[in-house]
Amino acid sequence: MSAVIQTQSDLFLDSKNLLCPMPIIKLAQAIKQIDAGQTILTETTDPGSQYDIAAWARQTGNELLATEQVGPVFRFLIRKKG
Amino acid sequence: MDAEIQKYINERVEKRVAEILAQREHAENARPKRLALVASKGTLDMAYPPLILASTAVSLGWEAGIFFTFYGLDIVNKTKLPDLKVAPIGNPAMPAPISAIPSLQVPNFVGMLPGMTPMATALMKNWFNRAHIPPLQDLIDVTREGGGKLYACTTTMGVMGVSQENLIEGVECRGAAAFLEFAADATVALFI
Repeated sequence: MSAVIQTQSDLFLDSKNLLCPMPIIKLAQAIKQIDAGQTILTETTDPGSQYDIAAWARQTGNELLATEQVGPVFRFLIRKKG
Repeated sequence: MDAEIQKYINERVEKRVAEILAQREHAENARPKRLALVASKGTLDMAYPPLILASTAVSLGWEAGIFFTFYGLDIVNKTKLPDLKVAPIGNPAMPAPISAIPSLQVPNFVGMLPGMTPMATALMKNWFNRAHIPPLQDLIDVTREGGGKLYACTTTMGVMGVSQENLIEGVECRGAAAFLEFAADATVALFI
């Protein structure tokens, strides 16, 4: 399976090989570096992160634009709330 | 005429009550969610759950506060924090000392031999390192930087002879009433 989500995001965050809570903590820190409306692409390998990142987006109001799985890697494209 | 006045009064009262209820609901929705935790255990394995939950909560934009009580106070004790331990004695979940031979059935009482607690602690720290789990101090920093509160139980401090100078930076000393007031507005409250 090949990646569909384009890597033209404003920021890329590699959280591969990290376990909970690190992908969420790093995502919360990273999103501070971009402006409202900009996007961040993050990649994880923790299976729980599929649900954790969706929950984080709902709780913070940031928009989870797309998710996909490429082999063992989960990819998330998020738009910072305006 | 009286009936008309009564009808008018009823309408006005109902309208006003509806307005107040709507305002109250709006205020409740506008307030951030809050996590209130009691950390009562001072072993390495039991220090992680409250700090993982609190650091995650602030990352979700929630308010968070941890009340460190009894042995849990060790987690915010300057000298004890880097030296929290996990003991194999009485803990059947700990693996055999020789993990290369899993079939070796080591009786649990072996855990009471000298050196077994440091061995189990080193083993667990090694698991955490390998899994890229940060040290406890890093999770404390994330919690504090996100506005999370660290409360030290003043009763425990009195009983154990611990003073504010023994505690890590940013810890506030509180009693049960102050914590309960904080917890009364919590969305999630857990005792760990």
